[in-house]
Parts: sequence; structure tokens; C-alpha cells
Amino acid sequence: MSAQALTYLFVGLSFMLYIGIAIWSRAESTNDFYVAGKGVNPVANGMATAADWMSASSFISMAGLISFLGKDGAVYLMGWTGGYVLLALLLAPYLRKFGQYTVPDFIGTRYYSKTARLVAVLCLIFISFTYVSGQMRGVGIVFSRFLEVEINIGVIIGMIVVFFYAVLGGMKGITYTQVAQYCVMIFAYLVPAIFISILITGNPVPQLGFGDTLVNSSTYLLDKLDQLSIDLGFNAYTESTKSNIDIFCITAALMFGTAGLPHVIVRFFTVPKVSDARKSAGYALICIAILYTTAPAVAAFSRVNFIESIQEKSYLDSPDWFKNWENIGLIAWKDKNDDGLINYSVGKAFEEGRPDFLDSRGSQGEREIKNPITKDNDNEVYIDQDIMVLANPEIAKLPAWVMALVAAGGLAAALSTAAGLLLVISSSISHDLLKKTFMPKINEKQELFYARCSAAIAIFIAGLFGIYPPGFVAQVVAFAFGLAASTIFPAIFLGIFLKRLNKEGAIFGMLGGLLFTSSYIIFFKFISPELNNPENWLFGISPEGIGFLGMFVNFMIAIFVSALTAKPPIKVEQMVDKIRLP
Amino acid sequence: MTDKEYWKANIKLLIILLSIWLMIWFGFGIVLSDFLDQFSIGGFKLGFWFAQQGSIYGFVILIFVYVFAMNRIEKKLKDNKEDKS
Repeated sequence: MSAQALTYLFVGLSFMLYIGIAIWSRAESTNDFYVAGKGVNPVANGMATAADWMSASSFISMAGLISFLGKDGAVYLMGWTGGYVLLALLLAPYLRKFGQYTVPDFIGTRYYSKTARLVAVLCLIFISFTYVSGQMRGVGIVFSRFLEVEINIGVIIGMIVVFFYAVLGGMKGITYTQVAQYCVMIFAYLVPAIFISILITGNPVPQLGFGDTLVNSSTYLLDKLDQLSIDLGFNAYTESTKSNIDIFCITAALMFGTAGLPHVIVRFFTVPKVSDARKSAGYALICIAILYTTAPAVAAFSRVNFIESIQEKSYLDSPDWFKNWENIGLIAWKDKNDDGLINYSVGKAFEEGRPDFLDSRGSQGEREIKNPITKDNDNEVYIDQDIMVLANPEIAKLPAWVMALVAAGGLAAALSTAAGLLLVISSSISHDLLKKTFMPKINEKQELFYARCSAAIAIFIAGLFGIYPPGFVAQVVAFAFGLAASTIFPAIFLGIFLKRLNKEGAIFGMLGGLLFTSSYIIFFKFISPELNNPENWLFGISPEGIGFLGMFVNFMIAIFVSALTAKPPIKVEQMVDKIRLP
Repeated sequence: MTDKEYWKANIKLLIILLSIWLMIWFGFGIVLSDFLDQFSIGGFKLGFWFAQQGSIYGFVILIFVYVFAMNRIEKKLKDNKEDKS
């Protein structure tokens, strides 16, 4: 069977599985729709949380990112796993004890205020839509490369599948599809990694393999990679280049942001008991760690493979994958010194970021680009980091079915996260905006109907984001984490651990965190991107790490304002006492 | 164990575990990382290994230590309530 037919087969089978699960696990009540009837086994919830959390960017982009950052890539590895410790210790068990449906539910009830609830809904919708647009782009990329379907059609197919199980099954449908998607995703990630680890080092465990020696040699893989990097003018792969204060703040912002992401938090509302919420966070992190400890190995392997298979090769004899990905537009080559060889080294091959292709071909058959060439370096190659995972099996010459598997895995990662995000958006609209604020008289059946409608509308908007991707997606990822860290995390954390905190404190704290973090990011990312360098940053903290400082701004405002205003009512204090006990 | 003692024990446990958490990523993963790089295990420099592998294993262990310790504290609270009634 051809690679294409295999891909259709794998993707088709996995989609049938997801839809089958959706039909089997329909939601009958709002309790089913919002929190899966609170009957999810902690291990299943751990797997679902892992699928919910690991998005298209974890699956497709993260290894590539690390591959180009070297040791500094640890920021993402530690930042996106360490947050689960915070979640398990500081939030999950108490929120489960609270026992309601959504994150704004907790904030609205704890701070006895509709305003607090609305501010939380606003932050939640902003964070979740930012995130969803990235997922839809991931779906489009996978479809266009592996199935040769147009990106837009790919997005629409993805929308229909998500529509099926999110609208029909709500949280219940999403939970069990996510369990299936986790299995597909992790299998698809591990199989090529294990293959490549065996090919390069002879060690079948990638986590150990990338610290092992190369096959038929006594050189360690990482030593060789350091040498290759230095030869091409890069820093040594295993050395860090960023300042400690910035690395600290970025990692911390990612951790507190992870712990404050509504679609992750809400997964812990679905288990039967408080002790299950704790256990479940542990299982979730194990499931995540399997992929996250493999990613740096994939990063190192693919970097070596990539450099070795193209460096100083003539374009005419370059491997097929190089030309395939050039045709997709994720690789570009400009023969600066007219020697017909591919010269890869440090620096940008041309100005203006992404390549802007012309319709014509150059003398070697390469795609010509409009971008002006940079003169300060000899690098001729543009590579999109995403291909380090997507093209990895091709670069390592693995069999066709492995590539088909990677396609199905990438789709599973994107769809599972998209569904989780769409669910928190729709439940915050039907439950927090309608039922609890503007239309308190609707009955459960009507609320369920509105929940399904808002899920459908949210999917439609997310699809539009996929078809017409806003150009700023890459810049706003920092936004999602920064806002989660500076608004939602502090509001929940203080609500549990500081009984004295009242509604004024919480509202001003959230608004303060929101204003501080967003103005810093907007200033450096959109208004004056030319000033975005360490000399101008506040205490040397980049916009990616500012959410951590924003969290302290929130803390300080909240505590100060609380001290000046009335104590919260007795009823709220009693509620806090209650959620603190198991 | 009373409700108050339970909460105190919980806070104490949190402080201990979060200090270890900070030590894992900020200590070994970032500040001491370059220093640790002079040692190596297999082909890994130790600081690099901590930053890209060890810290993640550490986090997993930390959560399960918490689960185990909390179950014990919870049991004490429950036994106490049963004794009273």
C-alpha cells in the first residue's frame, strides 16, 4: 500500500473510533455535559488530561523548538511539566471538593460576586481562543502534508469530527475520546523515536539513547552534536545562552500559567473523590512525562540527522523529503554562493521571517523567494521547526506506515486539545454567562441546549481561525500563559489559602494582573517590537516571562485592597473551611 | 487530629514539597546547572540531564509522595472523627 493510502487508512480508522466513542457516551444532563457525571476513573482522567494538555504544539512543534534551542529548550520541558506539581498540591483537590462545574463558578462563588465571575469568564475566553487557533492550524498542516488535501478542507473535516463528539457528548464524550486520543498520540510519538534511537545509538529507549554512544563508534551522540553545532557556527548544543533571571521567569510563568489554564483545571472536576483528584494529577504527569522525556531525545536525533543528510549536499541530489517540504513551504533554499550545494549555518538565510515564494523555479529547480537575502551570513536554508517531528521518519528513512502513524498522532493531539478548549468556552457561556448571570430562570434542559449551541458556535469560530489564521498566533501564546498565571491562578490560589481575601481584592487583583501583563506584552510584541531586547526589559524579563511578575502584581493588589475593605461574609469563610477538608 | 491540625499538617507538607520542587528546577535545572555540567553520567553532562530529563522525573515522584502523605494525614483525621463518635 502506498504511504498516502496508509495515511488515509490510519486517520480514517482513528476518526471512526472517536465518533464511535461519542455515540456511545452521549451526555444526558448538564452534570454529564460539564463534568462527565463526576464518575471518571482517576487513571482514565490522567490520560484524558494528558491528551487535553498536549496540543499540536507539544506533539508537532516542541521537539523542533528544543532542537534549535539546545539546552535552553529545557525552559519548555520544565515549565510545562512542573505546573502539574502546583496543580496537584495547590488547586486540584480543593476545586474538586468545591464540586461545581466551571472555573468562573469557583471564582464567582468564592468572591460572592457576579463581577468577579464575569472577569474570570473574560480571561477564560481570551486564553482559550488564543489556544484553539493554534490547534486548528496544526490540523490544517497535517492534512495538507500527509493527505494532500487543501488546508481549508482539512480544517473543516477537523471541525466536523470535533463537532460530533463535543456537541453530542460534552465532557463525557470528550473524556473518553481523549483517552483514545492519548493512546494514539503516544504510540505515534514513541514508535519513530524508538526506531531512530535504535538506528543511531543501538539503544531502544530514546531517553537513554540520546546519552549513549553512536553505533560502531565510541563517540557520545551529544558530544558529536556539540561538535557539529560549533562547526556550523552555533553554540554548543548542551550549553545555555540565556540569562538565568529570564530563564527563571519564563519557566515560572509557564508553570503557573499551566496550573491556571481553565481547560486543564476543569478536568479535575470530573473524578469521584478529592483523593482521586490528587492521584489523577500524578497519573496525568506520568502520561505527559512519557512524551516530554522523549521529546528532547527526538530533538537531538533529528538535529544530527538533519545536519548530516543535507549539509554540503548538492541540491539536485538532496533527499526527497527536502523537496517535498519545500513544496509545502516549510523549507526554503537560496543558493547564495552559486555552488549548487546546500550550505547550512548560523543566522537567517533571508529577511522577513517566513519565506514568501514566487511561482517560478531557480536554475536547480528550487522554489524562488521574494524575500531580500541577508548579507551578514552564509546560511542558505530556511527550516520551519515543525518539520523536525513531521519529517523525522522520512529523514531517518523509516517505513511508510510510521509516517502514517505520525499523521494520525498529530491529528489526535490537535483535536483532543481543541475539544477540551471548546468545552470550557461553551460551558462558561451557557453556565456562567446565561444560567448564573443573565438568564437565571432557564431550566436544566434549556441550559443543556444552550451548552450545545455555544459549543457549536465556538467550533465554528475556531474553524474560522484555522481557515483565516490571525498573523499574530505565535506572539499570543505568551499571552495565554501570562494571563493564566497573572489572573486565574492567583484568584483561585488566594481563594483557597487566604480566607480574608474579599471580592474587592480579588477583582482588583485580577484586573491589575491582566492590565500589567497584557500592556507589557502588547507594548513589546505589537507596539514597539524593535525595542524588544534585554536592555529595555523590566528587570531583564522578556514578555514570555512577564506573567510571573504579573502574578505578584495581582497578589499585592489583592491583599492590599482586601485589607482596606470589609471582611468577606461568614458564609464564604465557612465555605473555605469546608473545601479545605477532604 | 482536629480539623485545624489537619490543615496545619497540610500546609507544612506543602511547604516542604514546594521547596524541593523549587530546588529541582531552579536549583539543579537552572542555577547549579552549569556547575553540575562538569560531572557526567554516560554521555549526559549532569546539568544538561537535569534540565531536560531529571527534573521531569523529579516532578512525578513529588506528586506521588504528596498523594501518599496526604492519604496518611487524611486517614488520621478520619480515625479521630470515628473515635469521637
